[in-house]
Amino acid sequence: MAAISRDDVAHLAKLARIEMTPAELDHMATELEQILGAVKRVQEVATSDIAPTSHPLSMSNVFRDDVVKPSLTNEESLSGAPAKAEDRFKVPQILGEE
Amino acid sequence: MTNIHSTASEMASALAAKEISSVELTKQHLDRIASVDGKIHAFLHIDSDGALAQADAIDKKRASGEKLSPLAGVPIAVKDILAQKGIPTTAGSKILEGWRPPYDSTVVAKLKAAGVVILGKTNMDEFAMGSSTENSAYGTTQNPWDLTRTPGGSSGGSAAAVAAFEAPLAIGTDTGGSIRQPAALTGIVGVKPTYGGVSRYGVIAYSSSLDQVGPFARTVLDTALLHEAIAGHDERDSTSISAPVPQVVAAAKRLDVKGMKIGVIKELSGSGFQAGVSARIAESLELLVAAGAEIVEVSCPNFEYALAAYYLIAPSEASSNLARFDSMRYGLRVGDDGSKGAEEVMSATREAGFGKEVKRRIILGTYALSSGYYDAYYGSAQKVRTLVKQDFDNAFAKADVLVSPVTPTTAFKIGEKSNDPVAMYLSDIATIPVNMAGIGGMSLPVGLADEDGLPVGLQIMAPVMQDDRFYRVGGTLEAALLSKWGKPILSNAPDLAVK
Repeated sequence: MAAISRDDVAHLAKLARIEMTPAELDHMATELEQILGAVKRVQEVATSDIAPTSHPLSMSNVFRDDVVKPSLTNEESLSGAPAKAEDRFKVPQILGEE
Repeated sequence: MTNIHSTASEMASALAAKEISSVELTKQHLDRIASVDGKIHAFLHIDSDGALAQADAIDKKRASGEKLSPLAGVPIAVKDILAQKGIPTTAGSKILEGWRPPYDSTVVAKLKAAGVVILGKTNMDEFAMGSSTENSAYGTTQNPWDLTRTPGGSSGGSAAAVAAFEAPLAIGTDTGGSIRQPAALTGIVGVKPTYGGVSRYGVIAYSSSLDQVGPFARTVLDTALLHEAIAGHDERDSTSISAPVPQVVAAAKRLDVKGMKIGVIKELSGSGFQAGVSARIAESLELLVAAGAEIVEVSCPNFEYALAAYYLIAPSEASSNLARFDSMRYGLRVGDDGSKGAEEVMSATREAGFGKEVKRRIILGTYALSSGYYDAYYGSAQKVRTLVKQDFDNAFAKADVLVSPVTPTTAFKIGEKSNDPVAMYLSDIATIPVNMAGIGGMSLPVGLADEDGLPVGLQIMAPVMQDDRFYRVGGTLEAALLSKWGKPILSNAPDLAVK
């Protein structure tokens, strides 16, 4: 497997929405390479004839009747908001970026 | 005389007989917390007023002759990953500092309904990512057996609180060993129930296909009582199993293993495990044989890949689950000065709010799930999961329960592994396969290692929804050990209250 470069980590950090310092990126690249070196062992036994398991239970969708039940009030829902206005979450500008 | 050193069932009996009130019992524990938690740091938040009000309400109900649940009036500590209405809930992270949930998790709601008195919220590795509590943003919990050592993690605060007699019961969560490993390292009982046995509603998600809530206590019976209080189907958790709760309290009281087959997992013994750990495990097996059980050796050849698969699956799920911490609806928001867009604020907040290990796992998970690497990493890990399940199926065809050490070593020193993620990950090598397969497991204290005098845990595992089996074996072995020792294991721990 190719070495993990600092640019690779920078790309991952961008995808994950974590703004990392250059020092952090360098450090993370080294660590990520170490960890990937240890975990890539899974490839030794993961042959094509084995079905993947994504979950311990074999489940199907769980449905219920579409009936309104008590839920959080508007005030409760907004109780932890970093910013709010007019009974809504107030967020930084979303459109017009990039 | 009922006091903080009593078991939860003794406390429950004394409360029922009105020998002590819940308010008195709660005060005893709050006093204990005040006197020792400065050394242990098991708690992130202590809700004295709420606990005393809850205790008073239970006392009044009892006085009026109302029928109460078995654990009504007994105090408990709850891991800070479970939402409790109005009480700070941080999951050990700065990104949730000051957040007060507007609702109760199902487990907290069940505890309240059962009259169990919630003393406060306990310390943990940030978002349950860790094996020592050193990844908590609020400082490390110390092991009551030796303050220079970790209590294990991620539910280290809950385990330490029970071992230090700050609470007779506690709630933890276990994604790769986060209940069983700290239970082993602090000399108490901890159970990871079958996946889906206890509701995850209101539990801050780390790795949803692996996370499970479970009980801690100082005896097998106390653990079973708490297990039954929190287990059961919940329509608000779509992964909750719709089947009767295993009869774990009856199993804990059975004290009989005649004819049971105990499978010793070959790959989780011998080299790689501290000598004192292996010695105590071997003695436990002798006691089980003396009690009428039969020992068989089983092989689980794919377990050696489970750790690697876990460190792909859990970070992958975490990278998705932790996307919710976006600074928009709750929690920390950084750099919102009006000049920045939402994504910039989000990135700055996540940089400031997440600790090192959390970032490491989010980045690792993002990598493992990214196109071009998905099949090689996440896909392969899911196949290993199939192989681990097959190993368990084959082993349970030969044995009623399986056993192994919980951890390769006794409690390690604070700082010993904190700069070596791979070494830290290895401490979960024996516990991870259980989560991968979704089965249940118990950690039972089986003595102290000769080298260091620190507790050793035996892991007892049973097939899906057969949790009663490990309570039956655990209860029997606990009784045999107690009659051998003549006193509970925790009586060997230092008395922290000595000035």
